[in-house]
Amino acid sequence: MSAVTSTPAAEATAASGAAAPASTPSSPRRGRAPRERVMSRTAAMIVMLVSTVYFLLPVWWLFTSATKSREDFGSSNGLVFADFDLVTNLGNLFTYNDGIYLRWMLNSVLYAGAGALVGTLISAMCGYALAKYVFPGREVVFNVVLGGVLVPATALALPLFLIFSQVGATNTFWSVFLPSLVNPFGVYLARIYATASVPDELLEAARLDGASEVRTFFTVARKLMTPALVTIFLFQFVAIWNNFFLPLIMLRDESLFPVTLGLYTWNSQVNQIPEIRTYVIVGAFVSIIPLIIAFLSLQRFWQSGLGNGSLK
Amino acid sequence: MTTTELTAVPAGPAPAGPASAPARVRRAVVKHKRAILFFLLPFGVLFALFYLLPIGYAIYQSLLVVERDGTFGPPVEVFGGLTQYVQVFQNETFWASVGRVLLFGVVQVPVMLGVALVLALLLDSPLVKGKKFFRLAFFVPYAVPGVIAAIMWGYLYSPNLSPFTALTSNVDFLSPQFVLWSIANVVTWVYVGYNMLIIYSSLLSIPAEIYEAAKLDGASQLQIALRIKIPLVVPAIVLTAIFSIIGTLQLIAEPQVFRSFTASVSSSFTPNMAVYATSAVPNVNLAAAMSVVLALATFVMSFAFLKFTQRKANA
Repeated sequence: MSAVTSTPAAEATAASGAAAPASTPSSPRRGRAPRERVMSRTAAMIVMLVSTVYFLLPVWWLFTSATKSREDFGSSNGLVFADFDLVTNLGNLFTYNDGIYLRWMLNSVLYAGAGALVGTLISAMCGYALAKYVFPGREVVFNVVLGGVLVPATALALPLFLIFSQVGATNTFWSVFLPSLVNPFGVYLARIYATASVPDELLEAARLDGASEVRTFFTVARKLMTPALVTIFLFQFVAIWNNFFLPLIMLRDESLFPVTLGLYTWNSQVNQIPEIRTYVIVGAFVSIIPLIIAFLSLQRFWQSGLGNGSLK
Repeated sequence: MTTTELTAVPAGPAPAGPASAPARVRRAVVKHKRAILFFLLPFGVLFALFYLLPIGYAIYQSLLVVERDGTFGPPVEVFGGLTQYVQVFQNETFWASVGRVLLFGVVQVPVMLGVALVLALLLDSPLVKGKKFFRLAFFVPYAVPGVIAAIMWGYLYSPNLSPFTALTSNVDFLSPQFVLWSIANVVTWVYVGYNMLIIYSSLLSIPAEIYEAAKLDGASQLQIALRIKIPLVVPAIVLTAIFSIIGTLQLIAEPQVFRSFTASVSSSFTPNMAVYATSAVPNVNLAAAMSVVLALATFVMSFAFLKFTQRKANA
């Protein structure tokens, strides 16, 4: 770092006031530093604001479009409101085709909610056992699971279809639900987190108190692993909610569709049934609300748990 | 896999170190055998049934060929060796789709991760105010499923329905030469915030004392970012890169949706779409062979990338 001090271009943007005097011994730099700091501040804020527009404008467009009648959607400016028809649109969406849309939302909540809940539990148990017990074949098991991380579920969609059609179980709730439970990355995260956050002494203490291993897991370990568990749950929830290929290949019966597949089929019918376009837009808007709420309300958990996946 | 040993390190000072434990236990009886089985079995059984078994069955199916007695005889599946794999390797449509996602990945993954890294560094720097707001704003698109994101952008690209018709009526984002990059933009839009957060939380875990010494030496924020922060978050970047490579090879939702907006996306635009189209023919055996090739290629590529970056880090 010795070369650093001699570089006149050093922008001395060092933020904390405590470090500043020590780092600026020469007078010409002292005069220039504030202006350069203002410039880099401004440049940084411009980058952030432009990025915000890029990330949020499409969502804003979806919101304004969801409030428009079919005529306004085609004729008015996409980024500002026309007549506010959101309530009418919602009513039409929820009643179209015997309320199939609500059925799809319910299906998605079931596939993703129940799937992520059970999936998180079994991943946590497996990861915890790999972290806290010593047994022959432990590394083999872990490496097979890690290999599973590298083979994505999407590549398995057709093979899964072949298996389920062998037992005549395609086009059922279970054909989408059961494969979604398996989340090798969750096991990986749970193992890392259990290793780092569940002390062996605590487990020994619980044993001395006469608690069974299973009970200790559900009381002591579960509490300590909560941030990791919320992270695993949320990301598995998103993965199942977003899953497209598996339901596309498994399901024929519309009433079993998750909302993504339902909206996809509607969107491909827009050219034959023009009024369906409004339902696609409003349906898309409604379908992203649950996930945004879930992320916002649970952020203090997953933001602390997220960094642990890259611990090495 | 060396990650196993490495991951054990942050556990810190475990008394009676785990290093000595295995030798002792392997000779003795395994303690808590029933509890271990109870913990492992649920995941193990489901993993075997819905991960290992399908792969095995797909390999088996891919070794079969359908034969008929004359033109109208009943179809019979017989063992065909590697016939299907020869078909896959001679299938130009399939390889065109592989080439397409590789080109996509070579451009889109570095761009997306580069943007994610820059935004994470800015969020972590003292230059930016309102961090909490920006962090959430950038992350919102991750809550939008690929299908929905593709529908939204499909309309935003549309020459007559887009709010940006001034641009979209002059440049056809859905034309054959642009559509791949229009899809790349959709994928980037969804995943930048997610990758940014992974890198950012890794930045947050760097202890502040490390910066103090550099600041005393007069290092600028830029120098701190380039020489201290980036090298320390390389593991996080590797992780995001692996997931991005996997995601790219598996691309299906976004291009499949774009088929209702434009004719520029063929039914086998990506490898997974080729699998789907082939299985719908139906030519299940050929589709199974394609699936096996694709799963294997994904595994090999992300594994090779992992090993490559690990060796570089150790060198």
